[in-house]
Amino acid sequence: MKTEQYAFARYMPFGDTALLIEFGNVISPEINRKVIALNEAILKAEIQGVEETVPAYRSLLVRYDLRKINYEQLVCRIKDIESEVKNSNIEVTGRKVTIPVVYGGVYGPDLNNVAKYHGLTEEQVVKLHSSKEYRVYMLGFVAGFPYLGEVVDEIATPRLETPRLKVPAGSVGIAEKQTGIYPCEAPGGWRIIGRTPLRLFNPLQESPALLKPGDVVKFRPIPEEKLKIIERTVASSLEER
Amino acid sequence: MKVFQVLRPGFLTTVQDFGRYSYLRYGVPISGAMDTFSLAAANFLIENNLKDAGLEITLIGPELQVLANTQIAITGGTVSLKINGQNFPMWQTLNIEKGDIISFGRMESGCRAYLAIRGGIKTPMVLGSKSTYVRGGFGGIKGRQLKTGDTIEGFSVSSLKVKFKMPQELVPQFTNHFVAHVVSGPQTAMFTENGISTFLSSQYKVTLEADRMGYRLEGPVIEHKAKADIVSDALLPGAIQVPKNGKPIIIMRDAQTTGGYPKIAVTITPDVSVLGQAKPNDIVEFFKIPLKRAHEKLCEYYKLLNNLSEMLVRSK
Repeated sequence: MKTEQYAFARYMPFGDTALLIEFGNVISPEINRKVIALNEAILKAEIQGVEETVPAYRSLLVRYDLRKINYEQLVCRIKDIESEVKNSNIEVTGRKVTIPVVYGGVYGPDLNNVAKYHGLTEEQVVKLHSSKEYRVYMLGFVAGFPYLGEVVDEIATPRLETPRLKVPAGSVGIAEKQTGIYPCEAPGGWRIIGRTPLRLFNPLQESPALLKPGDVVKFRPIPEEKLKIIERTVASSLEER
Repeated sequence: MKVFQVLRPGFLTTVQDFGRYSYLRYGVPISGAMDTFSLAAANFLIENNLKDAGLEITLIGPELQVLANTQIAITGGTVSLKINGQNFPMWQTLNIEKGDIISFGRMESGCRAYLAIRGGIKTPMVLGSKSTYVRGGFGGIKGRQLKTGDTIEGFSVSSLKVKFKMPQELVPQFTNHFVAHVVSGPQTAMFTENGISTFLSSQYKVTLEADRMGYRLEGPVIEHKAKADIVSDALLPGAIQVPKNGKPIIIMRDAQTTGGYPKIAVTITPDVSVLGQAKPNDIVEFFKIPLKRAHEKLCEYYKLLNNLSEMLVRSK
C-alpha cells in the first residue's frame, strides 16, 4: 500500500449499519480537512436515515438506519454532497483554543526522559511543545480524548515500553508525532510531560467534549500555583484566544 | 419507587438499556445490553418499552431484596432463579412482593442474564441513555457496577392484569459454540488469501481477556500481507480487528471508539447480540455472507423485534 492521499474518496461498507469513506491512508492536515468538510456538509444536509457520523484522521464513518435509507441510496447521496463540497471550496475553520499546562515535576513525570531522549533540556522541550499550533484530528481512545498533531521531530518520542496503569485526568502526553490530553484517569503509554486543569469531558453536558475535530490547539505553560486557581475557576469553560 | 435493595451484587451487575447512540464522535462508546435481544424480550414480557433499562447480570447473579410489589421478567443465558428459595422459570412475567428475596445460581449456559422491572429502572439519563459505562464512570448507578446496599428505583406504573410467556421456539439456546455471520471488513485487503481463509475456516477460542469492551480470541494465526497497522479510524461493535500477532479481537459495546488495527470483517448486528453471550473458553467460528444477505437478515431481525410483543403467549 502506498502512503498517499487518494485521487477519489473510497466508499465501503462497515458492517450492516455503516458506510466508511476514506480519503487517504496517512495523517495529514489536507486529508483531515476533507474529512471534516464532508462531515459538516452531511450533518447540514440532514439526510433521512443518517444516525450519526464519526470523523477520524483520514476517514469518515456514517451510521445509517436501513429502515430509512439503503446502502446504495446513501452512497449516491453522499457522493453528490462530496462533489458539492469539492466544487464550493468552503474551508471549515475550527476554533482556536489555548490549553494552560503545568509542565514537568509530578505533573509531567516523563518531561525529563523526553528531554534526555533527544539530548535537550526540559525547558527546550516545553518551548518546542508550546510554540506550535496543533490540529485536533479526532476524538477517541477514551471519551473526549483529542488526538493532536503533529509535534516537531525534535520532541517526537515513542510510547513507554510498559504503559502506566493509571494516568491522571488532564495529563498531556506525547506518542511519536502525536500529542494528546487524557480527559479522565486511564491506563496509557503516552509520555506524560504536563497537566492541564481544564476539564476536557463532561458527560452531563449536551456537547460533552471541550474540543472537536478541526479545532486548533495551542498549549500555554503556566506555573504550578496557577493550576489550583484555574481548576477552581474555569473548571469546564474554555479559554478562547 | 424503591424496588430492590442489593444484598449481594454478583460478579458484574450493571444497568443497561439499548445503548448510547450519537456520541461516538466524542469518543463515547455505545454501551448498552451485550445481548440486546434478550433485554428487549425481558421488556416485552412485562409490557415495557423495547428500550427501557434493565439489569445486566454477568456469570454470577446478585441477591436482591424486594421493596415493592411489582412484576419482573428474566431472560438471557440460562440461570437458576429462586424467589424465597423456590425455583421460578425465566422468559415469563413474574409477580414479586415486598419482602421477597430474589437469588440466582451460576450461569448454566451463556454469559449474561437480564432482569427487567415493570416500568423500567429509574436512573438519570446521561447523554441520552441509562447504560452504565464503567470505564468512563457514568450512566446507570453512579457510573459503576452494583454494590451491596445499593437501592434500585423504578417508576410507579399500573401493574399488569395478564402474564406473558416467551414461546419455547423463540427462546434462544446458547451452547459453548457460536457461529458469527460476518461481512468483509474495510481492511480485508490487508490480509493474504491464506490469512482470510484461515480466519473463515478455523475455530477460535474466547480467552480470559473477554469483557464488555471486547473478546481476544486464541487460534490459528491470520496472515497479514505486510503491515498490521492502519491510521486509526472509527470502530463499531462487531468489528473484528487483527493486530500483528494474527489473533482476532471482536470489538464489543464498551470498546474505545477508534482503533489502529486492520479490520478483517464485521459481525452482522443480530449476531453481535448473540456473541454477547460468549464467555471465556467458548468457541467462535466466522461465516462470511454478502452485504445484501446481511441486510436481509437485519430486516428480519428488526421485524422480529417489532412483532415480538404480539408473539408472546398470554395468560391470566
